[in-house]
Amino acid sequence: MSQTNRLDNGGRIDRSRPLRFTFNGQSYQGFAGDTLASALLANGVDVVGRSFKYSRARGIVAAGAEEPNAVVQLGATEAGQVPNVRATQQALYGGLVAASTSGWPSVDKDLMSVVGSVGGRFMPPGFYYKTFMSPASMWPKYEKYIRKAAGLGRVPKENDPDIYDHINRHCDVLVIGAGPAGLAAALAAGRSGARVILCDEQEEMGGSLLDSRELIDGRAASAWVASVLAELSKMPEVLLLPRTTANGYHDHNFVTLHERRTEHLADLAPSVNGRRQVRARMHRVRAGEVILATGTHERPLVFSNNDVPGNLVAGAVSTYVRRYAVAPGRRLVLATSNDHAYRAALDWHEAGREVVAIVDAREHPDGDLVSEARARNIRIITGSGVIEARGTKRVSAALVARIDIGGFRVTGRIETLTCDTIASSGGYSPVVHLAAHTGVRPEWRDDILGFVPGKVPGMTPVGGVHGKGALADALADGAAAGAAAAQRTGFQVEVPALPKVAKVREGKAAALYQVPHVKPAMRAPKQFVDPQNDVTAAGIELATREGFESIEHVKRYTGMGFGTDQGKLGNINGMAIAARCLKQSIPETGTTVFRPNYTPITFGAIAGRHCREFFDPRRYTALHAWHVEHGAKFEEVGQWMRPWYFPRGNESMHEAVQRECRAVRESVGILDASTLGKIEIQGKDAREFLNRLYTNAWTKLDIGKCRYGLMCKDDGMVMDDGVTACLGENHFHMTTTTGGAAAVLDWMELWHQTEWPELEVYFNSVTDHWAAMAINGPNARKLLAELTDDIDLSRDNFKFMDMREGTVAGVPARVYRISFTGELSYEINVQANHAMHVWKALFEKGEKYGLTPYGTETMHVLRAEKGFIIVGQETDGSMTPEDLGMQWCVGYKKPFSWIGRRALTRPDTKRDDRKQLVGLKPLDPKLVLDEGAQIVLEKEIRIPMPMVGHVTSSYYSPNLGHSFALAVVKGGAKRIGQTVYLPMADGKVHAAEIVSPVFYDAEGARQNV
Amino acid sequence: MLHIYCPYCAETREEEEFRPKGEAHIARPAEPEATSDEDWGDYLFFRKNPRGLHHELWYHAAGCRKFFNITRDTVSYKILETYKVGQKPSVVAGQSADKGAAK
Repeated sequence: MSQTNRLDNGGRIDRSRPLRFTFNGQSYQGFAGDTLASALLANGVDVVGRSFKYSRARGIVAAGAEEPNAVVQLGATEAGQVPNVRATQQALYGGLVAASTSGWPSVDKDLMSVVGSVGGRFMPPGFYYKTFMSPASMWPKYEKYIRKAAGLGRVPKENDPDIYDHINRHCDVLVIGAGPAGLAAALAAGRSGARVILCDEQEEMGGSLLDSRELIDGRAASAWVASVLAELSKMPEVLLLPRTTANGYHDHNFVTLHERRTEHLADLAPSVNGRRQVRARMHRVRAGEVILATGTHERPLVFSNNDVPGNLVAGAVSTYVRRYAVAPGRRLVLATSNDHAYRAALDWHEAGREVVAIVDAREHPDGDLVSEARARNIRIITGSGVIEARGTKRVSAALVARIDIGGFRVTGRIETLTCDTIASSGGYSPVVHLAAHTGVRPEWRDDILGFVPGKVPGMTPVGGVHGKGALADALADGAAAGAAAAQRTGFQVEVPALPKVAKVREGKAAALYQVPHVKPAMRAPKQFVDPQNDVTAAGIELATREGFESIEHVKRYTGMGFGTDQGKLGNINGMAIAARCLKQSIPETGTTVFRPNYTPITFGAIAGRHCREFFDPRRYTALHAWHVEHGAKFEEVGQWMRPWYFPRGNESMHEAVQRECRAVRESVGILDASTLGKIEIQGKDAREFLNRLYTNAWTKLDIGKCRYGLMCKDDGMVMDDGVTACLGENHFHMTTTTGGAAAVLDWMELWHQTEWPELEVYFNSVTDHWAAMAINGPNARKLLAELTDDIDLSRDNFKFMDMREGTVAGVPARVYRISFTGELSYEINVQANHAMHVWKALFEKGEKYGLTPYGTETMHVLRAEKGFIIVGQETDGSMTPEDLGMQWCVGYKKPFSWIGRRALTRPDTKRDDRKQLVGLKPLDPKLVLDEGAQIVLEKEIRIPMPMVGHVTSSYYSPNLGHSFALAVVKGGAKRIGQTVYLPMADGKVHAAEIVSPVFYDAEGARQNV
Repeated sequence: MLHIYCPYCAETREEEEFRPKGEAHIARPAEPEATSDEDWGDYLFFRKNPRGLHHELWYHAAGCRKFFNITRDTVSYKILETYKVGQKPSVVAGQSADKGAAK
């Protein structure tokens, strides 16, 4: 059986290029130019999925983005899996493999059909919550199968090998949608010389013109499309983007366009000349003007069993017949509330298939299309509706009866029409989604029975999206708007002459959102409003009866408009039904908010190249290659890659760190300290600025001296620390924490620019300009002496906290005698591109001292032994200098009220039961406490019990011979000597003694040698 | 994503270059030590969160590194003006939202 529904003639498919594809494991044939949906319909595939909740058989309903049922899992390979692809939007290619997303384990027979048929009558809105949510512990088990059965797609298990790009673009006029209005707008704007981008989500541009019955300038509408595209493609400032969906409309005319470059060609992006092509592009467009030409989505009519395969929206029937040469059935019943849908019957009739009847809800339809149908002797049943479809896997009949729309009741006897296809049309809903992304609510218009976009600055709706869908209107509207938009962006152009189009007279449409049944909605066979989420008219009615009056609540209670559908097909019908139940108008009932993205988009396209090593930039020091060569294990500190430790042979981390710690205390070790933030401060008020910025005093710091500084926010909480050196009377060199560098520079600019602009001071980041190497240990002086002959290293001439400029290993250097280990220490700063030379020279001379490279872990242990804090580890934005025991670093007598000072006298910061920094000595000297462990005062654990603090740093010290920790404890300064307890998750309770945070060389003798 | 006119660069640039810094015109009390605890607490912690017109401090972090002010409508996100530090807004609450230099 091959392409039973394919017509012999017509369509925009290429019959000379047959393509084989696989759906649900079965092989089929289609043609180039098909979508997956048109190819499935051509092959007579009725059932494409199972419904979300009731597990009913579902078929293809629409031909575009609004398709609710034919949502497939695409991918011939594991890496190429893409979930939630609409078959109506997927171009067919040879070798395409797709499967139903819903309907596990198969669309013909599945577990959910048991739940659906047994539970059907008992599955009101909220069914899953009401049924499966208790006991809560079972939910994860239920959820797994519910999700699987519901059909939410699956992600690939293998890495996606494809490449995705982001492109930033600026244009004068962005036209979204290449139907008649969009093409006319782009042409008018393009002729002005403005930069124009025209995007359209379909394979071919042209929109409704590709299946239009109407003539433009006496030719097929598609011929006019071709001529316009030919002209546009010759314009150098015009960019045409087919297969490109405008997915998000953000503030100030920023629009994201998702362009699919290879998804119509193959499972994964093909290679050309050995280069893998870019699969998708995200164009980030900042547009001067946006022209919204997104058209309309046709609303299906809501009647009983309107979800049985064979039910389509009328316009889709026309599209399949005219564009794809597929008649998806034999015997058609058209149910409509308007003239426009008559096209479906006429197209069906021209395809040589039987039109059983047109069932028109209006008493006296009289437009041109109606006359044409009459002229063909097509039976028209007026004042009536299809109240129910029969069939399960395919429509077998339509039940037709006279209806009273206003009275919402069936008034006549039921006639059964045998048919296999029911096309329905309840009107046309403007595609307002994008405009609504901006936060502007759509506005209801009674004359077109639909919501139109609200007013968005810099945006002009054209064509069907604001009720000008008739061809002549759309062309005129688009041309005028395109010219006006170009003019507003500074280009001169006249509105182009309009092509000739015959006027088609259409009668007034009826407002029909739900067809009455002989039984009340609650008892009638299900009338589907949102087939993707299995929301029925009865469900909406029940929601309103249960007290959900806001449409937003109705939506959440029923699930209407959820999922990948986002309310494209059913939202207006649903709102209208809620309005009827609540006895109010549709605008009174409100509208829902639409959010990006308009249609599902892959994570690959969102991520672009910002993945793997490009996810976040990494920063490396000038010595990185040496670290790699010497086997360093790295730690990420902010964006920096810092050596964590340098294992030798098979050493564990613990062994390496113990060895590195001993080397520093016993001889000499070296740390790459280049990552510390470095800020140059210059200007005649630099010193005064430091006085205001830091908690301590800077007035008396002489040239060539360094000082440790603490920085607070104005709430008195420590935000950063570091050493600043005075290089000249008006020149300072500040260091900050590695992670805080950028924030501190911003902080300084903030205060200077907004509070103290009168101070003459300038800041600049020099972090990357200087490499810093800290040599620490009793042999540090001897080592450095071998590499410098112009710096006097003697104890009295180069004291602790002095800075000297000179030459080290033959290159200019600044040497700071500062220490983060408590040992004799020099921090050698050289120009970054000299760093490797100096580092290697140090190792050459240092071999005899056993010079040992150490990483951040050893640095942490050594500084903690000395009780030196790390901002961000001992502090968390709630610690004052006094909490840290650093009163010595607070200049209360400084004349200017420096940042943080006032707050330190607030009652809260003066409390003596604040958390204060202490040392902890575990009673078990081998036990390393967990960092973050909570501290309590009693050994007996009661829950709840007061937690008085937590461990901030914890290590084993080879120098001390026992484990130790730093912690913050309420009123800790007065608890020295007390034993506290640390209850752990495994039920153990550790005990530790509160001690001074300085564990090693409290008098500081080792650094003053 | 906002499109922001930097009054120092005299160019309209993408929001990604900027960082919001909260309510503008929060002046540090001139004499902190003479300020009551309550007033100091207000200065530190209390900020307006208006629906509608809002004066905000922004920072051209990936540009000229200058701080400046924006008058923005927090409902429509329309930027009504941007102006340098030290200047007063020309659009203030109570006026028509369309007034002022909408750069």
